[in-house]
Amino acid sequence: MKDKNSPTPTGVLRAAPESFIEPELVNAINKEGIDDSRRGLLRNSFAAAVAAMAAPAALANDGESEILDLQPWSGMLGNGVATNPYGQPSKYESNIIRRRSPGLAATSQADVAFTPLQSMFGMITASGLHFERHHQGWVDIDPRKHRFMINGLVKNPKVFTMDDLMRMPSVSRIHFIECGANTAMEWGNSAVPTVQYTHGMLSCSEFTGVPLSLLLDMAGYDKKNGKYIMAEGADGSGQNRTIDMDRALDDVLVVYGQNGEMLRPEQGYPLRILVPGCQGVSSIKYLRRVEVGDMRWSAKDESSGYADLMPDGMMRQYTSIQEAKSVITSPSGGQKLLSKGYYNISGLAWSGRGKIAKVDVSVDGGRTWKEARVDGPVLSKALTRFNFDWVWDGKPALLQSRVTDETGYVQPQYNALREVRGTRGIYHNNAIQTWRVLESGEVENVQVG
Amino acid sequence: MFRLVKVIAAVSLALGATNLQANEAWKDLGRNATEAEVAAWDIDIRPDFQGLKPGSGNAEIGEEIFLEKCALCHGDFGESNEYFAPLVLGNITEEDIETGRVAALKDPTRVRTTLMKINNLSTLMDFINRAMPWNAPKTLTPDELYSVTAYILSLAYIIEPDFELNQDTVHDVQQLMPNRNGMTWDHGLWKIDGKPDVVSKRCMKNCADSVEVISSLPDYAKPAHGNLYDQHRIFGPTRGVVYEVEGGEEPSEEVSAASEPPMDLLAANGCTGCHQVKGKLVGPGFDEVSAKYAGQADAVEYLVGKIRNGGGGVWGGMPMPAMPQVSEEQAKIIASWLAGK
Repeated sequence: MKDKNSPTPTGVLRAAPESFIEPELVNAINKEGIDDSRRGLLRNSFAAAVAAMAAPAALANDGESEILDLQPWSGMLGNGVATNPYGQPSKYESNIIRRRSPGLAATSQADVAFTPLQSMFGMITASGLHFERHHQGWVDIDPRKHRFMINGLVKNPKVFTMDDLMRMPSVSRIHFIECGANTAMEWGNSAVPTVQYTHGMLSCSEFTGVPLSLLLDMAGYDKKNGKYIMAEGADGSGQNRTIDMDRALDDVLVVYGQNGEMLRPEQGYPLRILVPGCQGVSSIKYLRRVEVGDMRWSAKDESSGYADLMPDGMMRQYTSIQEAKSVITSPSGGQKLLSKGYYNISGLAWSGRGKIAKVDVSVDGGRTWKEARVDGPVLSKALTRFNFDWVWDGKPALLQSRVTDETGYVQPQYNALREVRGTRGIYHNNAIQTWRVLESGEVENVQVG
Repeated sequence: MFRLVKVIAAVSLALGATNLQANEAWKDLGRNATEAEVAAWDIDIRPDFQGLKPGSGNAEIGEEIFLEKCALCHGDFGESNEYFAPLVLGNITEEDIETGRVAALKDPTRVRTTLMKINNLSTLMDFINRAMPWNAPKTLTPDELYSVTAYILSLAYIIEPDFELNQDTVHDVQQLMPNRNGMTWDHGLWKIDGKPDVVSKRCMKNCADSVEVISSLPDYAKPAHGNLYDQHRIFGPTRGVVYEVEGGEEPSEEVSAASEPPMDLLAANGCTGCHQVKGKLVGPGFDEVSAKYAGQADAVEYLVGKIRNGGGGVWGGMPMPAMPQVSEEQAKIIASWLAGK
């Protein structure tokens, strides 16, 4: 398979001519690829479809072997309970995993693993697929030795054990977490092939914990001078961020639970702060301390990082809110449609300022829009699933989604966003995403202007 | 307070409680922190230098510490772009130091370094103090912190090599920080009701005269993330696009034949900050070390020595720092794994 005369250096990836593909895969692609007869398959008899197929699959005249022949799983004794005491996805789901983006970071301890949004449903992110962003690696803290301290401008600096915190009155809330640098690679141009890499620093979970306001009240925070809090992690990075006191008293939680179990170590086990609607870096993992203060801290990641460079050379410091954004997750970049006909365009919409109000979908690159169906609960600062009926006619199409949130804010097109913020801001890219559907059925990441 | 009452009310409802007073008994949970505990954890250094511990240092002393503990990743002069963005790279001018605005930030062709961006000296000191060195955070003494900071400042010509940095002079140096006036808080992304800077309309028809694709992935870049077929579900409405991966991820025989790596030990001792299982990172890959030494009679003994005492010259110019925190016993476990024994 390696052509000695090829100028392509070893290790570089390139598209393969079909003859280089495993025969089994060729079969599958021929069987499932774009073909007018696939449409017929839906309506007409199997026999007619078989006749039209370029590479006939093993289909008996009287029906499919999948139905006519006894399948192994139908004629066997299944596995016993607790074969997997902690359940795992089916082996057929092994492609659905977090992935790094090659070339993004030189060390895995200061890198990102992206959530495979292209293969996910609904509004909740499976905990094992929650994106990872670490600045100095992740740790697995002994919860019996973990302590949480509140100090600074308080009457009584306090210490809490996990026992204490888990005895407190608790609340459970569903919120998204989006990294401030989600979609960062796309500021200047289309750069990465799939929605996993363009938007995969995004998750939504049910979090359980204690309202920070209760804990601040127990410590007797200074209501006059305590304008800010600083949250700090117990890991090596000691990651820290400033949070406005208004937010701290509003809906900020000190959380230990995620989707019915404890936080995963990669997400801050056993304790993190959750700042709903704000970029992920504010939701400090491995939370060990909250300090009440009268000035902002200018931490490394609110200065050297996570400050947005504007075209005039000024940097916006303490940018935090994730403005309304949406993306179509299916069909999306790097996918191939099976045939012409019906598709359920599906995606996610969210806003850091509250609930989403409406989602619109365009299949012509933003010339015309139609309202999508918003599905499931619409919650404040949470992912919301939307769906849209589409019949693909086999012609090129440009798919976009656009969210409007309850404040009336409308998600911008790239040209509008760049007009104000340029292309070098890294953070807070919430532009409308375009997926181009080619005649071949292949979907690719593009930007329109 | 209104908000607090609301939260308490909500919690009471959620718990089905009827007596708010009884619920407030949670206030007995937790305890007061001791002074020593607060002192041990209250490590942050604020822009007004509250939290900065007494001490002093200069760039001449700082250079030695930097070369030993920081240059591995940042380069001898803080210039390296290999693992992290450079600390310093000659993009700061005397005029920047005078005005407090780094002009090169306007120039898209210039690499953005740490010292070009930060507006507060405290940021540098706070971060080094809490998170550096990379594989042994929070181990620098106050004097070392002053000296390393002074060395980095001297690389950008902000201070002279013999400048004495201490609790008093940090305030003078703050007035020389090149980008001290380069940050703005005037934006809508801090408050929940902040005003958006980009305003769009919810147009439904005739929203664009023409739509042109202005950017797409060139063919050669498409497969850079691997075979997308393997990154999608194998059934459902779509499939991943097939790309052949040349020179792909075939695991080498040595690694697959080897036993499971003692990842707990490797991670806990900071080894994985510079080494990974497969291929070079800062130092050689564990697979490369294995390939070189597996089968040698004295491999375990030799590698234990290298791990605990450090060394250099075997794998290129980057020296391996001594890792005395790894016990003899732990080093033997790691070395035995590397040697395939």
